Amino acid sequence: MTTTVVQPPADERVATTGRLRRLLIRPEIGALFGAIVVLVFFSILSDTFRSADGVANWLDPASTLGIMAVAVGLLMIGGEFDLSAGVQTGTAALTVAILSTKYHVNVWLAILIALGLALAIGYFNGIVVTRTKLPSFIITLGTFLGLQGINLGLTKALTGTVLVSGLANEGGFTSAHFLFASSVKFGSHLFHVSIVWWILLTIAASYLLLRSRFGNWIFASGGDDLAARNVGVPADRTKIQLFMGVSVAAWLVGTIGVLRFNGVQASQGIGQELIYIVAAVIGGCLLTGGYGSVVGASLGALIFGMVSQGIVYVHWDNNWFKLFLGVMLLIAVLANTYLRRYAERSRR
Amino acid sequence: MSPRRCWLALLAVLLLAAVGCSNELDTGLTNTGNQQVQLKKKEDLSFAVVSHGAPGDSFWTVVKNGAEQAGKDLGVKVSYQASGGDAAVQSQLIDAAVNQKVDGLVVSMANPDALKASIERAVNAGIPVVTINSGQDKSAEFGALMHIGQDEVVAGKGAGEKLKEAGVTKMLCVIQEAGNVGLEQRCAGAKDGLGGSTENLQVEGSNTAQVESTIQAKLQADKSINGILVLGPIIAGPAIQAVQAAGSQAKIATFDLSGEAIQAIEQGKMLFAVDQQQFLQGYLPIQFLELYATNLNTVGGGQPVLTGPGYVTKDNAAQVASLATGGTR
Repeated sequence: MTTTVVQPPADERVATTGRLRRLLIRPEIGALFGAIVVLVFFSILSDTFRSADGVANWLDPASTLGIMAVAVGLLMIGGEFDLSAGVQTGTAALTVAILSTKYHVNVWLAILIALGLALAIGYFNGIVVTRTKLPSFIITLGTFLGLQGINLGLTKALTGTVLVSGLANEGGFTSAHFLFASSVKFGSHLFHVSIVWWILLTIAASYLLLRSRFGNWIFASGGDDLAARNVGVPADRTKIQLFMGVSVAAWLVGTIGVLRFNGVQASQGIGQELIYIVAAVIGGCLLTGGYGSVVGASLGALIFGMVSQGIVYVHWDNNWFKLFLGVMLLIAVLANTYLRRYAERSRR
Repeated sequence: MSPRRCWLALLAVLLLAAVGCSNELDTGLTNTGNQQVQLKKKEDLSFAVVSHGAPGDSFWTVVKNGAEQAGKDLGVKVSYQASGGDAAVQSQLIDAAVNQKVDGLVVSMANPDALKASIERAVNAGIPVVTINSGQDKSAEFGALMHIGQDEVVAGKGAGEKLKEAGVTKMLCVIQEAGNVGLEQRCAGAKDGLGGSTENLQVEGSNTAQVESTIQAKLQADKSINGILVLGPIIAGPAIQAVQAAGSQAKIATFDLSGEAIQAIEQGKMLFAVDQQQFLQGYLPIQFLELYATNLNTVGGGQPVLTGPGYVTKDNAAQVASLATGGTR
């Protein structure tokens, strides 16, 4: 008896696509090309830019922005915004600073309390957005303004000044500083430890997004909320967790800043929320949700870091920095839109 | 390009960066900590100014003009960078200047603690540092050569005393920038100088229309306010409008100058302006650094070099006005 294996007709849903095409339809491809172009461009124009000290210098702004862009990117893929992300870095930093300098709480305990507060703010944002079904743009605009007022008002009321500093003399500072704000030495060159945090977080978040069930839930909740719910995805819970993720990232960035600069101003972080969104969008995240990449958001932050410092190294007037950023954003969005259309066509 | 080629290209770029790094290892900061100063030729000198001001800010543009004018007069290179009030950005810009091995660094320290590490790195790399405008207390501690600026408390006190002379008993001190310590010090100094009752009012400096209505509301709510001290000329215009709209008799004084502010003084709408002559805060550090680099001179003898407070009143407003249009006052 012989068995004949009947080859079923190839299903177009599992059809293989070319490697080039698979590469081109990745959401982060635009940001990757952008990063390479910017890197090559400034490396040719300035040898300080491509020296180790130069690299350490432009990775520094990229790192803290990158940590935020990763979390904000995940939230955007999940279909929501958080305009309070920037000011939350200030809230976390001020909490740590005021608790430790004014009430002499151990720095580690202060950091933990700030984390608890951050989680509460993220939960608040998430629960209000999912319960009311109002646009997260509006809800988090409220949180943004509210926290801005609390940051300034409470800081002024408790400390009598708007610059809280002097953490270095408090208990637990040295070990906390080592973990969050020290510099790692490579040869004779100092790299800030925030770069390590950034890279670790990008890897972890990318794994979470692409290789875990929670990652699928993020794409599903952002792509089509209702359809996701109908197939049993806990969309609300996913979104609340994403908001809390942004708050935790803001806590991390705030903590890094307050420990590194030994203090914080009450206006810390205001206006940064749009830069996070810019980085995520350059990285291929869609404003409408359901599409995007964590690595892309990180690359968006890298581009930002390279451009902001590169302009200094090539002796340009940094009055023009925002123009450069605006043009980058437009090019990135156009390229990403084109590539996504191409990707959707190629899936059919 | 095939994906493999693409990765190869990326690899090549990274390699290029790595080559840059290894070169740097040999010639890098090997003389770290060496305080010996090598005398340089004038035309080879290059100085960096890193301010905490916002790009395009009217006050800081005059500082920038001063630094650039000094560069032109002396035949040295000057690069000016503004960090928009963000201490993290400012420390990164200082790091960038140190990496470029400039011959001198000029920094305004609005938030000294945050800049400590970066400034000490510059000092350790043998780069002479001059602090300007703010951060006088920490300047010497961080290893800077000298400080050039205005003592904010002293200037505030002077303004308070002048307002008292003019008969002000209850003053409103308008702060246009949340989180700036220097502004808080001015108000504290003014309170001290006035001796009467003062109240601080926080406004959003970037939104002048709102500033006007906030001040107006304050004047309407409290008729006993008979003096307003604004801490930047950008708030002077809205304050004048608000006083007129509220029908108040409050006298107005401002910190720092603008064409508009000087005109208001000429017309008698404003009492006086406290002038810290910030052109000098750009010009002098470049001049002093050039003298230090070529002749090892230091100025001030460990004391800050004060550029203010000078006062612009109705008497000298016309002369200053013609200078302000040139961007030097």
